Amino acid sequence: MPEDWDDEATAEEAVARSFWSGTITFGLVSIPVALYAANRPRGISLRMVSPEGTPLGRRYFDAKDGRALEADEIVRGYEYEKDRFVVVDDDELERLAPERTRDIDVRRFVKAEEIDPMYFERAYYLTPAGNSTKGYRLLAKVMEETGRAGIATFVLRAKEYLVAIMAENGILRAETLRFADEVRSPADVGLPEPVKPKPAEVKRIDAEIGKRLEAHLDRKELVDRSAERLKKLARAKLRSGEDVVTPEERGEERTEVIDLMEILKRRMREAADEDAPAASGGGAPSRGGGRSKGSKAADGGDGGEDLDEQSRAELYERAKELDIPGRSSMSKDELVKAIRRSA
Amino acid sequence: MGARAIWKGRIRFGGADVPVKLYSAVQDRAVHFRLLDAKRRQPIRQHMVDPDTGKVVESADVRRAFESDEGDLVVLDAEELEELVPKPSRDIQITRFVPVGEIDHPWYDRPYWLGPDEEEDAAYSALVQAIARREVEGLARWVMRNKEYAGALRVEGEHLMLITLRHAGEVVPASALTPPSGRELDEREVAMAKQLVAAMEDEFDIAAYHDEYRERVLELVEAKAAGKVVKFPKAPERKTELSLADVLEQSLAEAGKGTAKKKERKRA
Repeated sequence: MPEDWDDEATAEEAVARSFWSGTITFGLVSIPVALYAANRPRGISLRMVSPEGTPLGRRYFDAKDGRALEADEIVRGYEYEKDRFVVVDDDELERLAPERTRDIDVRRFVKAEEIDPMYFERAYYLTPAGNSTKGYRLLAKVMEETGRAGIATFVLRAKEYLVAIMAENGILRAETLRFADEVRSPADVGLPEPVKPKPAEVKRIDAEIGKRLEAHLDRKELVDRSAERLKKLARAKLRSGEDVVTPEERGEERTEVIDLMEILKRRMREAADEDAPAASGGGAPSRGGGRSKGSKAADGGDGGEDLDEQSRAELYERAKELDIPGRSSMSKDELVKAIRRSA
Repeated sequence: MGARAIWKGRIRFGGADVPVKLYSAVQDRAVHFRLLDAKRRQPIRQHMVDPDTGKVVESADVRRAFESDEGDLVVLDAEELEELVPKPSRDIQITRFVPVGEIDHPWYDRPYWLGPDEEEDAAYSALVQAIARREVEGLARWVMRNKEYAGALRVEGEHLMLITLRHAGEVVPASALTPPSGRELDEREVAMAKQLVAAMEDEFDIAAYHDEYRERVLELVEAKAAGKVVKFPKAPERKTELSLADVLEQSLAEAGKGTAKKKERKRA
């Protein structure tokens, strides 16, 4: 599913839509859900523009006579021999998996820790759809309390996905897994059998590890330095007005920036039992065990931790609400500071 | 057999310096399609065009621009982009170690096997043993093919693995979201659901799963290429709606049958 985004949709479109909705079934129980990416698009995607700064579009042309092709003149083909193709349409691909496209059918539950990290490909949050959250909450509670993950396969856009359904903080997520034949073993790669290390050498390395041991992963360790450098350069140019083309100059409407976190929060909030007493924001009085730390600050909205979790786009929207001057050229950290000062 | 190394580097922290070769731990099995023109059934060309004039802009003339949240485009020239490329280096710098389990799954991106380079297998093995004993993962930073990476250095079996990690801000943590609300769950239903999960319990065996759909797609294209008639599987009928408690009970009964059968087969 993610591969499709890069060429077909802009980051904003990809974020805004759930690209699959259907039901999770286990036994005869069906839970209607929608899937949203748990990851934001990678890095910064630069737009392609003309030398004058006009955003460019992609178009397809006949390879022989150079004629521009309309969408209905383009088909999808599989090269079965060099330069020989069979055409396959979407309808045929869909008909190959009639039983699977609407259901994620969980056939097995396994211990979550048994799944090796090398199999994990991508994470998606499941948000409850339909008019009851009961089945959703039931599955999340049971899996979280027992430390289990549900294993299922389903088909989406001409690809079969193996997924692990996992629960954390009362929220279900699906992690797509690589199939066994998509992963190489050390023997496949040809790694040599290990030799016996010198105990003194192990001891020396062990001491070096000890010096760098931390109890938790600090997210600051994972800052995208390349993206930071790029943003710094772009903001400096923006401030000086050098090589800047505004949407007005291009005669374009400004596109609304929607962030993934905002959508997920909204979806979780909106999902509620039809017959439940006004359930908004605060959540149910009893949610059982298994809620992790962090969630308290997130409930509050303005807690310090929550601001740090937000993307620059979200922070920018808050800064706009608070009418913070100079917000457009501020970095993420500067926005956090400015919001805290004025809140 | 063996695969070719895609990169060489040195794992470094403090006095530790272990030369390694990097191999991809994943292989692409996807069925790839190409875009064709409907008439001739031959691949088509793709160009960037100016949407106002409809004119093709040659790739040499295409510029890159950063888009701000307000929609302003900041055009960057080749020299500026060149300056942003990280300095080449062979170092895989380990900054920290954290206990195994501290890095949540959504951070993991792409796995690579690391093998010893040169005649340094002893240093490699010492690193494997030290990391395995501590039950930790190292946080790594390196530059490979003009790109900066963050990764987790782990031990898998008797070898080192480096899994690239997504950057800060690319993962929405579950702790930042509020779980859906609703009426308190019925204890009897929770108990039944637990039983059902237990009845469907199994060991995780990745080899038990195959990409059957990929196989069907390949059969389809082969049949079409040979000019054969393609048979499509039929859709199963939908189930009728029942209350959650009834459904749990029925599922438990069916799951029970399933395990009984499995056991019989094993005995036979």
